[in-house]
Amino acid sequence: MEYVVEMLNIRKEFTGIVANDDITLRLKRGEIHALLGENGAGKSTLMSILFGMYQADRGTIKVGGKEVRISNPNVANQLGIGMVHQHFKLVENFTVTENIVLGSEPRKWGIVLDVKQAGKKIEELSKRYGLNVDPYAKIEEISVGMQQRVEILKMLYRKAEVLILDEPTGVLTPQEIQELGKIMKNLIAEGKSIILITHKLKEIKEFADRCTVIRRGKTIGTVDVAPTSETAMAEMMVGRQVSFKVQKTESDPGKVVLKVDSLTVRSGRKSLALSNFSLEVRAGEIVGIAGVEGNGQSDLVEAVTGLRKVESGKIYLYGEEITGIPVRDRIESGIGHIPEDRQRRGLVLDYSLGENMVLEVYHKEPFSRRGILQKQAIRKYADHIIESFDVRSGGSAASTVRSLSGGNQQKAIIGREIERNPVLLVAVQPTRGLDVGSIEYIHKRLIEHRDKGNAVLLVSLELDEIMNVSDRIAVVSNGELVGVVRAADTNANEIGLMMAGVRREAGA
Amino acid sequence: MKNSLIISLCAVVFGLLAGAVLMLATGHNAVTGYSYLFQGGLKNPERIGNTFATASPLIFSGLAVAFAFRTGLFNIGVAGQLLVGGFCASVVGLNLDLPKVVLLPIMLIAGALGGALWSVIPGLLKARFNVHEVVSSIMMNWVGFWTVYYGVQSYIKNPSSETESKQLPEAATLKAHWMTDLFHGSYINLGLLVAVVVVIVVAFIINKTTFGYELKAVGHNRDASEYAGIAVNRSIVFSMAISGAIAGLGGVALYAGNASNIQIGILPSQGFDGIAVSLLGANNPLGVLLSAIFFGLLYSGRGFMNAMTDIPPEIADSIIAIIIYFSATSIMIERLIRWLIRRRANAKLNASQDGKVKSSHVEHD
Repeated sequence: MEYVVEMLNIRKEFTGIVANDDITLRLKRGEIHALLGENGAGKSTLMSILFGMYQADRGTIKVGGKEVRISNPNVANQLGIGMVHQHFKLVENFTVTENIVLGSEPRKWGIVLDVKQAGKKIEELSKRYGLNVDPYAKIEEISVGMQQRVEILKMLYRKAEVLILDEPTGVLTPQEIQELGKIMKNLIAEGKSIILITHKLKEIKEFADRCTVIRRGKTIGTVDVAPTSETAMAEMMVGRQVSFKVQKTESDPGKVVLKVDSLTVRSGRKSLALSNFSLEVRAGEIVGIAGVEGNGQSDLVEAVTGLRKVESGKIYLYGEEITGIPVRDRIESGIGHIPEDRQRRGLVLDYSLGENMVLEVYHKEPFSRRGILQKQAIRKYADHIIESFDVRSGGSAASTVRSLSGGNQQKAIIGREIERNPVLLVAVQPTRGLDVGSIEYIHKRLIEHRDKGNAVLLVSLELDEIMNVSDRIAVVSNGELVGVVRAADTNANEIGLMMAGVRREAGA
Repeated sequence: MKNSLIISLCAVVFGLLAGAVLMLATGHNAVTGYSYLFQGGLKNPERIGNTFATASPLIFSGLAVAFAFRTGLFNIGVAGQLLVGGFCASVVGLNLDLPKVVLLPIMLIAGALGGALWSVIPGLLKARFNVHEVVSSIMMNWVGFWTVYYGVQSYIKNPSSETESKQLPEAATLKAHWMTDLFHGSYINLGLLVAVVVVIVVAFIINKTTFGYELKAVGHNRDASEYAGIAVNRSIVFSMAISGAIAGLGGVALYAGNASNIQIGILPSQGFDGIAVSLLGANNPLGVLLSAIFFGLLYSGRGFMNAMTDIPPEIADSIIAIIIYFSATSIMIERLIRWLIRRRANAKLNASQDGKVKSSHVEHD
């Protein structure tokens, strides 16, 4: 069998951490090859080596059977290897064509940029692979899904034979994921090969031909996807049995903890982000907010946690109005918040893990006395969270948070928030970017938190997560509450319809 | 921390080397040049005292910049804050007839308040209207410049000179006999001691207190600080006020210590040198102290070098400028160091691995 890319016995060590330890990955021509592994298993490092951003300490890379040395991304490009990063690298106010030709601009008479010719070529490529991209649209005017296609086009324009897609579905809606699947099929039909980095088993099952699983820097094995079950792959990845079904008992709702009463929130100068929204979350229950991204979820969360001003309406916590009070008072009165954007909101990346663990409580005893920080107490508290939430870092509480992998950053935040034992926990996308093992664990902790008699407001774009973890589901569309249903007696279909704005009576 | 020390030392070494090249290129002997430069700053107790005295205002200005930097702000208005602080202290010193032990603290407080007033305006503008502090604080420099110009001429003008303020009386200066005697008649003064105390206080605030924790958090990440319930806007105003107060104290050291009156029409260069001092000191209070003393050495030694050789004193300024370039491009130096380390490590690895790689090839084929 012909291999387009072979990475053999790759080892890469960073000071103190072995990121890749003897990894072998062989990519056949015309296949979609999934690379599966937990957060921090070494997927990104491996791909960065293939793309020339790091040099392997040991091992060989062969492209088309010949041994190569990929010293930088330009060499990778010349070898026909292209990468679509998780965070797109596009110039917002340039057109699609301008973005694609950036760096290798076609010229007329030596100096004039020949956009027309490039545009034509891009249009052809777009048609050939069924990408359906308008070459003259501006990036800021097209959807995230389209932007991703532009990234793919960029690779094709540069004649890439091997495409690395790094977590491509994280930012897409279910429909867009299906379309991406079609595009990938088109690409391999034309003889391209794809490495798909992901930890979503469902997508591997759906799209990939073969799958290489790595765990803690080592290759566990390469399997054909068709005969392998999701459970089997999950086990390979995590190294133990994983249950997909969330274990939980029937909820036993008590008093109303959070009451949102006809809340209206304006987003920037623009239209209403949330209009006349009312919701109750009781003690001992998890209420999930389902909806397509940008339909008012973030605005609701920011209004409840005090980060956004409310236009009208009221918010109560245990019957007491908290609508206008500052963030710190809300924290004190028992609101915990796992924010949507962990790096922007949840952490001070240049602070140590220890310092981040007391971000909301540093001013209280025992973490400080008379305005002086008590490093020892902070350290002890941090070590406790690190241990009980299995946050892995190079140097425990002293390491800067920036050096932690995304999954561990998220675990640290979740640990910090749950440790404070808030009566209301607002969890926004708590498992985004995490692997099955961690997801299972975090869901368990959320349910535990509920069982202690606290209220949990769960916002997620993953319908599965909402359906599995929540007791009741509130569906938002366009900033309005479409309806609230019990998780036990609904299904994905109904929620999907409601997310599109169809009310229950009409839908059912 | 250790890394930044190495980078700063590299910057100093490169700067001195470049200075040597400049001296050689202009046909002078670099060894004699440097020997006179350092002798000029260190030769005898008086010269050492002068080096410290030159360094004192730089410690304050460097600390002012560093404090703001650590909290995410760029206070480029230190020059104006020095001037206004010095002016406020001079007005107090010229008008109050009190014993020295009482008068000096009052003057220091007046200086700190003056400096704080000048920096809190950019702070408020930033917190309230998101006006960038670089723009507003640099404008405040000129507001301060002309305010002091007018203030000196109208209220505390020297009767025998149009361009300077009245001489401060003995009780109103930071000069101390015991220090002057200790350093054999140098113009060293209590400003140095105040500077050292402020260095310690600032280091303590930044590293040990909840207040410093808040200010740094806001500097690193405003969104996360807001999320954590820290009053972000208040932090910004406090940071700027403290930075300005430190600069204002520097103004007292400058105009009521090293000098004993204010020359109008001059924006003190120490204000801008503070940026360089802070940069070389890696925004660390102790680093600022050391780098200010080093700058003081260069400044006080260059006169001697000029007197003893025909090397132009501008060479010393060029060395300072080159050092600033190197510390500003610390990333470059860091990369250089890392590249050297990696090259050595790779060489070792390749040597030890040549055999292994070959044998593994055979297996795969």
